Amino acid sequence: MSAPATSQNGAGPAPAPLKALRPRSHGRRKAVDAAIRVFAWVSATAGIAVMFLIVWEVVQRGFSAIDWGFFTELPPVVGEDGGGLGNAILGTLVITFVAALIALPMGFFGGIWLAEFGRNGRVATGIRMVANVNMGIPSIVVGVFVFAALVRPLQHYSGFAGSIALAFIMLPVMARTTEDILNLVPNELRESGLAMGAPRWRVTLGVVIRAARSGLITGAVLATVRVAGETAPLLFTALSSPYWLQGLFGPEGFFGGPTANLTKTVYDFSGMPYERMQELAWGGALVIIVAVLGLNVVMRLIFQRGKEW
Amino acid sequence: MSTLDIDVRPQSGPPRGAAKAAPRGHHRFGDPVFRVVALVCGLSVAIAMFTLAGVLIYNSWTAIGELGLSFLTTVAWSPNGGSYGALAALAGTAMTTVVAMVIAVPLALVIALLLTELVPPRVARVIGTGIEMLAAIPSIIFGMWGLFVLVPFMQERVAPLVMDSWLGELPLLRPGPMFQGGGFSILTAGLVLAVMVLPFITAFSRDVLLMVPRVTKEAGYGMGSTTWEVLRKISLRYALSGIVGATFIGLGRALGETMAVAYLVGGSFLEVPRSLFDPGTTIASLIALQFNEATTKLDISALIYMGLILFVITMVFQVLAQIWLRRARRTTGGRA
Repeated sequence: MSAPATSQNGAGPAPAPLKALRPRSHGRRKAVDAAIRVFAWVSATAGIAVMFLIVWEVVQRGFSAIDWGFFTELPPVVGEDGGGLGNAILGTLVITFVAALIALPMGFFGGIWLAEFGRNGRVATGIRMVANVNMGIPSIVVGVFVFAALVRPLQHYSGFAGSIALAFIMLPVMARTTEDILNLVPNELRESGLAMGAPRWRVTLGVVIRAARSGLITGAVLATVRVAGETAPLLFTALSSPYWLQGLFGPEGFFGGPTANLTKTVYDFSGMPYERMQELAWGGALVIIVAVLGLNVVMRLIFQRGKEW
Repeated sequence: MSTLDIDVRPQSGPPRGAAKAAPRGHHRFGDPVFRVVALVCGLSVAIAMFTLAGVLIYNSWTAIGELGLSFLTTVAWSPNGGSYGALAALAGTAMTTVVAMVIAVPLALVIALLLTELVPPRVARVIGTGIEMLAAIPSIIFGMWGLFVLVPFMQERVAPLVMDSWLGELPLLRPGPMFQGGGFSILTAGLVLAVMVLPFITAFSRDVLLMVPRVTKEAGYGMGSTTWEVLRKISLRYALSGIVGATFIGLGRALGETMAVAYLVGGSFLEVPRSLFDPGTTIASLIALQFNEATTKLDISALIYMGLILFVITMVFQVLAQIWLRRARRTTGGRA
């Protein structure tokens, strides 16, 4: 994505001061350069190595926990064997799905507005700024916010509150991703659509969005996957539960009470001094990491976004 | 982007010609409705943030009234002992963040250099993807890994090694009164934070370095400069504001990271850590660990107050990051 170099006239840095020209040993300069190169390679290798170390550790410790029962059974009573994290996996799927249902369409249309209507106007610049800042709000703060706004007034935790917290995190991500991707669509496509006499909404939805389809799907999936691995926003919203999610409004329902979820359960179990609980926690971590990294890799392979890296 | 910079998208609404040629009536309603729906969704992003700020302020009002600003200068957090203080947590947050940034920023910079200058694009994509995958790992996994792998390592290997040598006498390394062996410590949490923010700083730095015009760099190479000299004397000067922005992005993340730190920092809420090997706490991890212990109205309100403080701090750094990144884009002629 290198900008045309010729358009950069006059924007260059201040000219290097003359002292830079004083003679210096060629060998030393070469040595410094080589050292930096080695440092760069070592750093990159170390970063990637840590990633593999973590994945390896999780696979090694979590693999033994994975069997059919892991996905279908409730956690065991503390101190006993057997059981699984079935309720937590189901809960995470439901909470994340509802969050996506709320945040993806809103973020999608918000992104359309930024890219197609607002563009460089004052309102759009403001929204863009707020969205960027929003992406940096710590997820624990979002958890506290939803606790104060939803859990406290209603006097009970719920899976739905968890969904709202996750949706809050997804919204700006989806809006900005949509905008960035739509900006890559060439204007000629918009012009030809409008020239055919199609109204703006049809051009946007039928032509622009269609052209950007694969990038948008990737963005939506990655935004969803990202929040599925979040823990902090669920700590005081969905809380956790040893039971299956049942119905909507009862004390074990999605809107009515604490809802089991994978990340909080993993957090709780990993701190327990019981071998089986820790094994289940690692199993849960394995499921999370396989889902998150797996989907990341798959989306990359299916839709090679030239933009990233 | 291969498109021309001349923007011919209509400024507002459908172009007149298109409207006149419209064969059917739904054009008249379709567009305004579409536009309003999109605008509402766009505004919701901003509304969400202002709601968050409002709710946090409203709910921490009790604590603000009761504790005021002395909250910030009171050291200990122990609601049962009647002490509501954020100072230990603020200090812990600052210390872990500084450790993380001191490690992550230079590494991120040289990795960005590697990706932009030293390897061919195809190799850069592989390495870049590897680093980016690091960002995809959820923080709870970093926490567990740290708990089971890094904490024992620090406790059994690193801490004794440092303590037994002359290093253990240095001010920030000499064990303080809360020392527990060095496993659960500011340093352990900072190390993991460094790994967690590395991909973010790398990605932004790389984007900024790519914006440095090629001719400028080639002029440097033409003068006989080495890669390092071009980076230090040309690219970094050109891209400085962007690198600062990238650093602030990483800083904001490190400040607010919760789960990994909650696992590793030791959760001691009573004193300001004296040493990197001392346990401590951060604002985010204190909230995570104490929320379910909170019983009285004031407990909860004080924790929400703590959340408000964290929100304000991260906000400041995010805004600074945006301003610097914007400045970088402007000096390099990109879209603001």
